[in-house]
Amino acid sequence: MATHEPTSEPLPLSPSSGPHLLHGPEPAVAADAGHDNPPPRMGFFTDTSVCIGCKACEVACKEWNAIPEDGLDLTGMSYDNTAALGASTWRHVAFIEQPKPLGGQEAHLGEAPGAPSDLRWLMASDVCKHCTHAACLDVCPTGSLFRTEFGTVVVQEDICNGCGYCVPACPFGVIEQREGDGRAWKCTLCYDRLGAGQEPACAKACPTDSIQFGPLDELRERAAARVERLHGTGVPDARLYGEDPGDGIGGAGAFFLLLDEPEVYGLPPDPVVTTRDLPAMWRAAGVAALALLGGLAAVFAGAGRNGRTPRGRNGSAT
Amino acid sequence: MSENDMSENRVTRDGLRGERPGRDATFGNGMAGVDGSPRRDGGRGKRRRRGEELAVPPADFTSYYGRPVIKAPAWAPADIAGYLFLGGLAGAGSVLAAGAAATGRPATARAMKVSSLGALTLSTAALVHDLGRPGRFAHMLRVIKPTSPMSVGSWLLAAYGPLAGAAAVSDLTGLLPRAGSAATRGAALLGPGVATYTGVLLADTAVPAWHEAHRTMPFLFAASAAAAASGMALATGPVAENGPARRAAVLGAAAELALTRALHRGAGLAGETYGRGAAGRLLGAAKALGWAGAAGAALLGRHRAPAALSGAALLAASACTRFGVFTAGIASARDPRYTIAPQRERLSGGAG
Repeated sequence: MATHEPTSEPLPLSPSSGPHLLHGPEPAVAADAGHDNPPPRMGFFTDTSVCIGCKACEVACKEWNAIPEDGLDLTGMSYDNTAALGASTWRHVAFIEQPKPLGGQEAHLGEAPGAPSDLRWLMASDVCKHCTHAACLDVCPTGSLFRTEFGTVVVQEDICNGCGYCVPACPFGVIEQREGDGRAWKCTLCYDRLGAGQEPACAKACPTDSIQFGPLDELRERAAARVERLHGTGVPDARLYGEDPGDGIGGAGAFFLLLDEPEVYGLPPDPVVTTRDLPAMWRAAGVAALALLGGLAAVFAGAGRNGRTPRGRNGSAT
Repeated sequence: MSENDMSENRVTRDGLRGERPGRDATFGNGMAGVDGSPRRDGGRGKRRRRGEELAVPPADFTSYYGRPVIKAPAWAPADIAGYLFLGGLAGAGSVLAAGAAATGRPATARAMKVSSLGALTLSTAALVHDLGRPGRFAHMLRVIKPTSPMSVGSWLLAAYGPLAGAAAVSDLTGLLPRAGSAATRGAALLGPGVATYTGVLLADTAVPAWHEAHRTMPFLFAASAAAAASGMALATGPVAENGPARRAAVLGAAAELALTRALHRGAGLAGETYGRGAAGRLLGAAKALGWAGAAGAALLGRHRAPAALSGAALLAASACTRFGVFTAGIASARDPRYTIAPQRERLSGGAG
């Protein structure tokens, strides 16, 4: 993701102390949210190059978080019958079949045994990105969405009133209102487990360590080394997604190693937090409100007091 | 987390060596492949949860089975687009009420105060009705968050509502006339904020058609509110008092039409959703009604029946504008092209 030039100076919009940026790098995200001496920021590094598509993460997430069943459809999208992240799907494994050889790996899918395969099968476990600049959190009017001491973004289900504003605010389409419940739900990065010193259920269940949990700084180092290693072993497609603090969301708390363009996996190629432009929007709204007030006042001033002759100063109401 | 103890395992041309390659598994040396490029297609329209067909045009972009990247809001159009219209009518109406009261047009002033109170009451009902948990509507006033247009709007409505209500009740009952006048002026000061913040409410999302037009939206909503409120003044105020309303109608309708065009052009690729499908039909109707209402107000506004008809046309034009903008946004959210293609272009353009 590209580094974004600010379209305007960030405003310290929060009434509380500290410089609250709306975009750009923000190293102390938990401290800026008001946590005293927070632990290191925790996150996920999902290395899709070792994902085997077992969906253990989906199942573990559903089990641990007691998420209701949300459909048993056959989608026709390879082995992906979950379709997308949503209110009741906090881990989603994408499956992509591509007419593209996977190096020395024999897929055994061709007609002739031993013939080089022209198919590669990508799998990737998607999750909430726990953005540094989280639009869902910014736009939440009730304070239900909040920044934890671990730097993650969590919905308080006893506060959420189901206004649904976070849903279109998310540039990744992660958070969603649950039908029949009304409230918004998404990955908590297992806030309850983190508090007890446990790793999230999906990372615990992942048999190949495709989902790695840990301090974000450490994960970024590990990911950079992994990409370098893959490039060295002839996998030039490997690239990181969401790890750059200079990107449009200030870097993700949950980032990925991908083997193709992000949009192939259903991820936006260059997401930008919508509130980056909020100061410009408020200025526009202010000017528009003054124009409305001034325009209508001018119309009355031009018409003057009511009477047969416009601008008649002493025309009493008829 | 498990220890990093599996780095000796390898995937080789002869198959897997070792049982658990784990996070350090390596593989292949030809993943760039022959063509080296990701599959380019328009996406494949597949089954979707909410049933409608994806209209994904063939274009040079890649998506995950044609599925949307972002989620469209689950807001009911009648509630939220209806609120956009009614909130504008109430807010701009309070300005007209104060102007009419200050310039000796008491019947128009009273009509507009009642109109604003009615529109505001319906607005509040629509907003509460649209909540997933209506019983928790008071949670809107738990915090004050300038980063949340909905929070700002809730506080604006909480301040504006009592003023608009007091203005109308005082005028109708004759009680506390001085307080009523103060409330009328107060509502007129807050009303424009109520009418324009909703532009920020829509634009402060990842919805392409709304966000890309974030500098235009508040101005369009201000113009649309002016058209609606002056339409209401034409429809309900006496002809003898409607000089200002006729001028406001022409100005408001002309600005609404011009800014709708600006919205269409200023939203980049997603701007085309303002001209297509249901949104295109709604905005087309808004254009026709706006022209008719403005022309009627300007040419025949001194006569009772044409003034009322023109006012009704302007109210309908404003409502069509709001529903059209709302519908276009939903369409732009449901088609991954409008999310992916501009972002991809931004990256390849290198402008960042």
